[in-house]
Amino acid sequence: MRIRTALFGLATAGILFAGHSAHAQTIYPIDRASFLAGTRFDFKVEFTGVVDQSATKVTINGRDAAAVLGGTVDYIAREDGQDASSLLIRGATLPQPGSYTIAAEGPGQSRTVTWDVYGTPSTPRVKNVILFIGDGMSVAHVTAARILSRQLVEGKYRGRLAIDDFPYNSMVGTSGVDSVATDSANSAHAYTTGHKSSVNALGVYASRAKDNLAHPRVETIAELLKRTTTKSVGVVTNTEIEDATPASMVAHTRRRSDYNVIVDQFLALKPDVMMGGGASNFVPKSAPGSRRTDEEDYLAKFREAGYAVAATAEELNAAAARPETRRLLGLFHPRNMDGALDRKILKGSTVKQYPNQPDLTEQVKAGIDVLSRNPEGFFMMVESGLIDKATHPLDWERAVYDTIMLDNAVKVAVDWAGNREDTLIIVIPDHAHGISIIGTIDDDLPGTEMREKVGVYDKARFPNYPAPNAEGYPEKVDVSRRLAVFVNNYPDYYETFRPKLDATNVPAIQGPDKKYVANEKYKSVAGAMFREGILPRDADQGVHSADDVVARGWGPGSEMLRGFIDNTYVFRIIATNLALGPAK
Amino acid sequence: MPWARIAAAAFLAAICLLAMPAGAATPPRLGFSELYVTRSAIDIGFSDKVKALAGHDVAIKGYMAPPLKAEARFFVLTREPMAVCPFCSSDADWPMDIIVVYLADSAAPTDPNRPIVARGRLETGSWIDPDTGFVSQLRLRDASFTAE
Repeated sequence: MRIRTALFGLATAGILFAGHSAHAQTIYPIDRASFLAGTRFDFKVEFTGVVDQSATKVTINGRDAAAVLGGTVDYIAREDGQDASSLLIRGATLPQPGSYTIAAEGPGQSRTVTWDVYGTPSTPRVKNVILFIGDGMSVAHVTAARILSRQLVEGKYRGRLAIDDFPYNSMVGTSGVDSVATDSANSAHAYTTGHKSSVNALGVYASRAKDNLAHPRVETIAELLKRTTTKSVGVVTNTEIEDATPASMVAHTRRRSDYNVIVDQFLALKPDVMMGGGASNFVPKSAPGSRRTDEEDYLAKFREAGYAVAATAEELNAAAARPETRRLLGLFHPRNMDGALDRKILKGSTVKQYPNQPDLTEQVKAGIDVLSRNPEGFFMMVESGLIDKATHPLDWERAVYDTIMLDNAVKVAVDWAGNREDTLIIVIPDHAHGISIIGTIDDDLPGTEMREKVGVYDKARFPNYPAPNAEGYPEKVDVSRRLAVFVNNYPDYYETFRPKLDATNVPAIQGPDKKYVANEKYKSVAGAMFREGILPRDADQGVHSADDVVARGWGPGSEMLRGFIDNTYVFRIIATNLALGPAK
Repeated sequence: MPWARIAAAAFLAAICLLAMPAGAATPPRLGFSELYVTRSAIDIGFSDKVKALAGHDVAIKGYMAPPLKAEARFFVLTREPMAVCPFCSSDADWPMDIIVVYLADSAAPTDPNRPIVARGRLETGSWIDPDTGFVSQLRLRDASFTAE
């Protein structure tokens, strides 16, 4: 049962209660939230038990909450049939920067939280921001990318990655509201909203609501830009466009797997440029390959909205080259696109079915070409998403080739930004993996067991990959002395000490009892060694780690990346340099 | 008649002959690489072989992925043994080339590391499993399976 009330009266109708119980209700946004003044958010107080509204009092800095926040008060006497009442104000906003204390009281319960609501300078430092996200990109990925693409001789590199020359760096904490190690939905959400949430959540705080779409929402950077500026917005990835990181630009759902909902939320916001895989949720269910549950044709809807649609690299480049193209939708794979190692070297995975997928460098160039036609500027997110998707199944070679690809894509952006002095570029992982380089695996070391071939310290020497090609990729990965890279957490699996040349590694598969067992596909590989897992038996692959990640900044405003920052601070850096808030 | 059309007609005729119950125990084999024609990411069709065999019994070799939910009355036949996205818990993360298998009689799941041959009536087109909401494009109905 829902009761709508007027904007006023919460405080006056409330009763002052003497004494506070140990039961503390929940308030969203959460305690110590730090967010941009003027952004929209849903305010929710979850009372313990069923509470009559007249017995509640909710204030902000001593004033009635509804009067301060605006929006419409929705008092839910029994939320989703639960014996619990909630107060919900959708579309709230706090236009003035400052420190806010929120107090909620009900019979025998009370809770106080504080928010830091910040402003920004009134004058922007930059016109454009490009946010590169290396999904799961840990320190070892970058080191291995440098070794393979820039060569390591007598302990010194012959060259530097593009990101090595970014002048400002910061360590970033990525933990979530609910846990020390989080997922890509929540971690990207921190960058795109400035709020911290929970595993699986996009654009919402994870409340006790039962409906995925009913949780308290927070505004994304893309929504804020579309609502308050005339800038263009781009979302570029090589995963499915509905996957967590790109979806964090537009989505509001408790469950990142709500792909059909996310496609609809993309259409509602209409980012000017969208590129990735995930075409299966754009075509009606009657189309072979569709994953939709209805006959909605989102390709047609996007075309009607003025989008040029591209499905191959050639179509992408042609569409981007047309001066009149202002909206571009590129869908290059029904699922995740193939990574650089498969597309460029091995021709494995699904490259034979989809031979014309663009490289991330082409996607970034096309994105900049289209977005920069807007004289007011743009914000573009670019994700190299398969770094994570390859590291999960302990397939470091694929992850590292896609790290090299990310660096190449960053170089495209840096070359474009050049001396413009109007573009901030941030390159940042969203979380880490437990991955490390310990030496080499040298087939020529003595011994019959493969573990005897693991060269450590001086026995490792240096790997003998061929010199990289013009794009920075060695054209052979199964060399006789290759990097020894291991992930420190794993299910039961067979370690082959070799790259997987046909398709991405699948270390473990699910048995009838839902427990994961080692994939015996690799058991017969010469020298394969069974490793008993250290993860729970319902884990199918390596997991994210809670280690800090390294953010790198280039261009005006990048000096804000220094020391240690919380991941939500990345949003603040973007908002500050684009001057998206009221003056401080 | 253009050569391409003649060739296609001959191919379909040959497939239909294969599908005839000459020896009822040996339905024609269908491979995972023969399911779709992928002209681009947004232009995908069923192969001529799939179209010709729709409604007929076929045999497909693959691996049994356990159902995601206990109430499922099907299993997913995959080209290779596979794991599933830990966060998705839905049909979101499966590759495109899967076949949902509805068994004629209940059967215990097998060792996921051993390939099986599933036999059943090939059904094409989108289908949402009423118990789980799982979306599929290709199914085997009234199916059985044996170890390879």
